[in-house]
Amino acid sequence: MKSSSSNPLTYQELILRLQTFFADRGCVLQQPYDAEVGAGTMAPETFLRVLGPKPYKVAYVQPSRRPADGRYGENPNRLFKHTQLQVILKPPPENVQELYLESLGAIGIDLREHDIKFEEDNWESPTLGAWGIGWQVMLDGLEITQFTYFQQCGGVDLNPISAELTYGLERIAAFLQDVDSIYDIVWARDAETGEAVKYGDVRLADEQQFSVYNFEAATVDFQWTHFNQYERECSVLIDGYWSAKKARPDELVRLGLGGLVDSSGNAVAPNRYPLLAAYDLCLKCSHLFNILDARGAISVTERVGVIARVRALAVGIAKAWVNQQKNDQQKIGQQEGDVPGEQAEDESEKSGEAEAAHKQKAKKQKLAPVG
Amino acid sequence: MADFLLEIGCEEIPARMIDAASAELRDRVGAILTRERLGRGDLASFELTSFDTPRRLAVLASGISAAQADVVEQVTGPSVNVAYKDGQPTPAALAFAKKAGVDVSQLEKTSTAKGEYITARVTKKGRTAAEILTEALPKEIATIYWPKNMYWRKPNERFVRPVRWVVAMLDADAIPLEFDGIRAGKNSRGNRILSDGAVTIPRAGSAYVESLRAAKVLGRGEREHQIRKALDAATRTIPDARWREDKALLDTVVNLTEFPSVILGGFDPQFLTLPEEVLVTVMRDHQKYFAVEDTRGKLLPHFLTVLNTDSDPRGLIRHGNERVLRARFNDARFFWETDQKKSLLERVELLRHVTFQKDLGSYYEKTRRVQRLCSWLSEQIKQGGLAVRPGVIHKAACLSKTDLTTELVKEFTELQGIVGGLYARVQQLDESLPEATRMAIADAIYDHYKPESTEDDAPRSMEGAVLSVGDKADSIAGMFALGLVPSGSKDPFALRRQANAIVKVIAEKKLPLRLGEMMRDARAGYQKSEAEKKFVDDAEFSRTTTAFFRERVEFYLKDVRGFAYDVVKAVLGADAEDVVDALERAEAVKQVLYMPEFQAIGAACKRIRNILKQAAEKGIRPAAKFEYLPEAAHEEKNLAAYLETNGPRIEAQRKAKKYGEALLLLATARERVDAFFDKVMVMAEDERVRANRLALLQTLLREFSTIADFSEIAAEKM
Repeated sequence: MKSSSSNPLTYQELILRLQTFFADRGCVLQQPYDAEVGAGTMAPETFLRVLGPKPYKVAYVQPSRRPADGRYGENPNRLFKHTQLQVILKPPPENVQELYLESLGAIGIDLREHDIKFEEDNWESPTLGAWGIGWQVMLDGLEITQFTYFQQCGGVDLNPISAELTYGLERIAAFLQDVDSIYDIVWARDAETGEAVKYGDVRLADEQQFSVYNFEAATVDFQWTHFNQYERECSVLIDGYWSAKKARPDELVRLGLGGLVDSSGNAVAPNRYPLLAAYDLCLKCSHLFNILDARGAISVTERVGVIARVRALAVGIAKAWVNQQKNDQQKIGQQEGDVPGEQAEDESEKSGEAEAAHKQKAKKQKLAPVG
Repeated sequence: MADFLLEIGCEEIPARMIDAASAELRDRVGAILTRERLGRGDLASFELTSFDTPRRLAVLASGISAAQADVVEQVTGPSVNVAYKDGQPTPAALAFAKKAGVDVSQLEKTSTAKGEYITARVTKKGRTAAEILTEALPKEIATIYWPKNMYWRKPNERFVRPVRWVVAMLDADAIPLEFDGIRAGKNSRGNRILSDGAVTIPRAGSAYVESLRAAKVLGRGEREHQIRKALDAATRTIPDARWREDKALLDTVVNLTEFPSVILGGFDPQFLTLPEEVLVTVMRDHQKYFAVEDTRGKLLPHFLTVLNTDSDPRGLIRHGNERVLRARFNDARFFWETDQKKSLLERVELLRHVTFQKDLGSYYEKTRRVQRLCSWLSEQIKQGGLAVRPGVIHKAACLSKTDLTTELVKEFTELQGIVGGLYARVQQLDESLPEATRMAIADAIYDHYKPESTEDDAPRSMEGAVLSVGDKADSIAGMFALGLVPSGSKDPFALRRQANAIVKVIAEKKLPLRLGEMMRDARAGYQKSEAEKKFVDDAEFSRTTTAFFRERVEFYLKDVRGFAYDVVKAVLGADAEDVVDALERAEAVKQVLYMPEFQAIGAACKRIRNILKQAAEKGIRPAAKFEYLPEAAHEEKNLAAYLETNGPRIEAQRKAKKYGEALLLLATARERVDAFFDKVMVMAEDERVRANRLALLQTLLREFSTIADFSEIAAEKM
């Protein structure tokens, strides 16, 4: 075996090392999101957290489902469900590239013995209305990481921006262990017996069964029905945010949204308004779209239209979320008398909502990037 | 004299953008030094050099002044009448002197056309180079053009990638300029991996390049040299092998590395059963590897990859690259084999589900239209006396888009057309067809996206050429009919490139086609389609496509074939529909342009055009036909007689496409034309005489302008 180390990391050690590395550098270690997503970017820990002004650092493993990429477990390099380690650094530290290279050292890659290149690769997700500028990081000719400076998310210009590091865990593990098939990756090794549990032992059945389901067994009508229902529920929630925000406590109660009124009878909309739930519904739509796509049920013409429907949800949520975060910041500021410096000028909003909204609009236009 | 250095340290700049940006930065710095008079007396005395790597753009200037020379200027103030009263300076004069910074006694007088004014000599102190550059450079850096830029700190601060350091120095001193929150200094950075990072530049000039070299960072020229040498050396280890020259790939890898080296890798010779096109695409486009071939150009199971480091001590890099290539080739083989399960013929139906354009329907419909258009094109070409096999084209057109449904093209989109051709070659398309016909069909499919640029070759066969033209004309017709006309930098369907390709194919294959007719027929292919409801009217379609193709033909004659702008305008002024003919006429006009006769004829044509225009503006109409009126002048009759005799002869030569001869004949008209304008007054008092003369001129201009509109020829040339 020819690998950079005589004792390469197991798959789970790889994950642990990367998690430890980023935990040591101040990241919150999140758990994988518990809904189907196509990429780590779609988890709310990225999609929603990169919006708004609040700094955040997070790392998490995200199993990512891409139904159309399934190969019945027969292709050694392709998976229906692959795994990413996703890191968001908001705002990006000045030495973010060096930090990234250091993380490679932490998983046993000695850069003096390898060839590393940052090659232009700009990421875009039409479904999320998100895009960024960056590179694919190439290690000895293999793309191991997508490195992106997020510029826009849910159609909202980001300020500050976030750096997003997406490690392709299976690829990296196969590289470290020098195996030609993902299914031969050693996932875990028994410390006492030295016995290996392989990726195939853990995951092959998923690949086989979900390939059959996604390509053959999934009922097209059923998927469409669910798509339409999730979409409707999600749209209703998004629209509801803006009306709930304006509603008086008694109106909220009458609308059956008593949860938005606190024990002293004050309206706490929009803070408690369930935009997170709306986002889950949007993710459902995205996943159902992917299944329909894999199933061959969406023509190329339709495809653009369906993507636009999902994007409309993502954009609607992003807009409402940014607004909700602003309210939150303000609330916290009022209660704790601890307005962060950046938010100070938002205090003027107390003077009246309409005027404040106007001011915010003006501010946003001023900050809008040129071009 | 001082040396100046500016280095913008950046995270990895996309390889494709470095060369242009580096040249732009050098030019911008040069422009500032010139504008601010920082050269050595005369303006261009400093020397500028670029230095760039993926992580930096730098400019070195030597021989610049440390400061501008002082300038004495004369400033004009109020008039003497206002400035002095009874010989004493007025408050106006005092104020002016104060503003100019001189004593009132030093004011001078100067007389101008408008009267006498007071003036002051003001010495403008030259600013230092450091001051000027500190102020001017940040703006210049910020305005460098990038095809795609980003922000990382503040939304209004944009650059291609985050800027991490700036070095700005005059000799050994730092210039304290600031860019996007970074204060320039003397600290640069060396190779990420091969050096310890920080590099302090001792002084501007060659010391900069030396310091970076010590930190394992080389300039572009050196990197290219080092890569070429290393490619040669690695290839020499295999007998009778050479690496496949590839300028675009070389430029890319040069701009992906700061200190390059090369390693040779290999792959299982079994993969050589896959078509070379597929193997090379994987290696070149996906992995940026150079292919290795034997002396006959046959691919060998090796590759060369350029590293961004100096060596591969344990062979890990080679091993890793071989592993990646193996996986990629395995994928390609898998796709190739999967695709064979369904023949191209069976895939025709699948095209119903592949959208060509949202309003223009599927590729299935496009295929039908292209078949129809190609049979019309074939007919034209046959009538023009060229050999063409419509049956081959018909079959090739039918299958030309089927490879869009294959896994191989879905994976390697750049191989569209090529894959179809390759599959057509190996599949039994129709057993009744002779082998040679099947190969001709395969070749036409293979070539039908060509030429993909003005440098690319036209399809090899006439059938490939017709299919290429038909396919593109159909796309252009559909888009223009929908009103999707390219404008400025907006050309999302690359219609300009497609039209350039049409013009190039027509010119090189000498196809007897008229562009307007071709587009009308292409437009007719959409008749009764759903899309037609959204179409612009025929007049608008004709107007926009005519103008569009006129520009493309102009571009081809001028930029690709190198004809002078006025020759192109003159030739296309006569007719812009037939590309082959326009080329022949351009060649003929170019030959006679320097004859003095044409200088005179060009001037006469301009004059006639003006006379006819002015007459038309005044509502004066020429007679229906020239007649030998008794009042007609001698020179007038002479010219008319000349036209009567020579007009048909010129026309006969022109019809026979003997443009050179026709033009030489036309040159003999000069004497009569000159005599006419010397002696005859066109706008005579007598209405009948005037109308008769206008008629003569109209005929003359028409007959002179059939080959080229000579009034377009720039005078100084003639």
